[in-house]
Amino acid sequence: MSLLIRNLINLDREQSFSEQSLLMAGQKLKQALLPILGLLGFLLMWSIAANNVTTSLGKFPGPGAVITQFDNLYQEHVSERDKELAFYERQHKRNADRIAKDPNYVPKVRAYTGKETFLDQILTSLKTVLSGFILAAIIAIPLGIAIGLSHTLNQAINPIIQVFKPVSPLAWLPLVTMLVSALYVSDDPFFSKSFVNSLITVTLCCVWPMVINTSVGVASINQDWVNVSQVLRLPALTHVRKIVLPASIPAIFTGMRMSLGIAWMVLIAAEMLAQNPGLGKFVWDEFQNGSSQSLSRIMAAVIVIGLIGFLLDRAMLQLQRWLSWDKASAKR
Amino acid sequence: MTTILDISKIDMVFPTPKGDFTALKEVDLKIKKGEFISLIGHSGCGKSTVLNVVAGLHQATNGAVLLNNKEVNEPGPERAVVFQNHSLLPWLTAYQNVELAVKQVFSKTMSAKEMQDWIEHNLTLVHMEHAMHKRPDEISGGMKQRVGIARALSMQPEILLLDEPFGALDALTRAHMQDSLMEIQDELSNTVIMITHDVDEAVLLSDRIVMMTNGPAATIGEILDVDLPRPRDRLALANDPRYNELRSEVLTFLYEKQRKIEVIAPSEPVKKEADESKSAVA
Repeated sequence: MSLLIRNLINLDREQSFSEQSLLMAGQKLKQALLPILGLLGFLLMWSIAANNVTTSLGKFPGPGAVITQFDNLYQEHVSERDKELAFYERQHKRNADRIAKDPNYVPKVRAYTGKETFLDQILTSLKTVLSGFILAAIIAIPLGIAIGLSHTLNQAINPIIQVFKPVSPLAWLPLVTMLVSALYVSDDPFFSKSFVNSLITVTLCCVWPMVINTSVGVASINQDWVNVSQVLRLPALTHVRKIVLPASIPAIFTGMRMSLGIAWMVLIAAEMLAQNPGLGKFVWDEFQNGSSQSLSRIMAAVIVIGLIGFLLDRAMLQLQRWLSWDKASAKR
Repeated sequence: MTTILDISKIDMVFPTPKGDFTALKEVDLKIKKGEFISLIGHSGCGKSTVLNVVAGLHQATNGAVLLNNKEVNEPGPERAVVFQNHSLLPWLTAYQNVELAVKQVFSKTMSAKEMQDWIEHNLTLVHMEHAMHKRPDEISGGMKQRVGIARALSMQPEILLLDEPFGALDALTRAHMQDSLMEIQDELSNTVIMITHDVDEAVLLSDRIVMMTNGPAATIGEILDVDLPRPRDRLALANDPRYNELRSEVLTFLYEKQRKIEVIAPSEPVKKEADESKSAVA
């Protein structure tokens, strides 16, 4: 390790003397090497620390145990799918047999009710966070534009936003749950209640940063562009479409990226708290389960949650790069 | 020639927390069709305020602006403005920036093909045909200002308002742009009001130079007729006695009659104070 570090320092020193091309190559090597070194160092410290901590559920999982669990979780998923397939085959065969005996028999088709696997939970969480996020954008962006354009509206609504913004959406969760049970009554609901609960919680936490960023972006639009619009006598709607919306795209995206990050964190907590299906429920169930494998399975979930959060942020950044004219604001 | 624009005794008063601030007092000017007018004066004298009132972006407190004998109170494309900082929309290409204006002004009277030709014609007029489909951040400052001028011209304005159009450009680009503007002016003979700080630019381009007194309560000090024959050539004029006479008249107005008294910052006492605080620390 120390030899490596010494080599790196030497590399730094030599750069000032070497040729330009060598310097570039060194830079590239450094760029590729440093994250790997960081990761290796982290794994090393993790396994040393894990070895020295013993909990009531056994040793704290090190990297090796977690990797084994990833494989286990995948195998469980595959075997669950096989069971499901087998169940439908049996049901189909049974129905076919009964129809053969009695042509008047109306076959009953029952859905498979096996437990959700890790991969299913990931998909559920992703669907929930994206639906909540999109719903929030549909509400927040027009509202933000209206508030940004109208000083009167801003003065009327701003106090409400400022009070509700710092409220953790988890505090809303009991109210949301009760309201959904009271109001979302249907014999054959298109969405399950737990999905609606999580969705509204995600929406509640996404709305505020988006409204605030959009309205600030709209309100601080370059006066020259407003003047251009006035000289051209653009009608109000064209003004919003051609000037205001493109001008505030960078601010809108800043708000969207912020709120997607928050939404992902909040969703996991909401799923844990409300026992709504998803990654949060997986973590909670494993914790309650308390087997010798639970901790390593939770650790695997933690890593997946982190990776998905990272990928969501990258995806937003990529979207911003495609849609925004201001490339400088989409660099990091 | 008939009067197209009548700036009739306008006052401009801005309310401030410390009381009213009179920026303009009885600014009175009649402009004939096809005339090129320069407004010159020290910074802060209210040149831009005059232009904004004519553009309709500000409302005069007293007096009125009459365009073809009709009072104007709001902005409109018949008084096109070229702003100092080009003010192109950065998310649109040069072509699309002009298109926005053309669609707004001519969508009822022109076919799609006619509009396309008209946009391209205006961009060609300012020598931007090679970079029509580039965005503002891909072209130089001078080119942006050319597109800004093309956008204003494409509205076929009754009067063209230029707010220090070349102020942000380097000297060589500025000279280029002035020549281009003269060329366009020979062809179209628009009525133009241009704000400038640059004495040479004013003398070279204008039919009349309107010199403004210092604010507050700025007004028109003198009006100078520039009787140099057109087309004008900057190299030939450099040694022209009449050109130099006019130039020195403007300079005399600006630097003798309306010498701007700069508030000189009390640099020495501040320094002393700093020294004292240093010794106090020591």
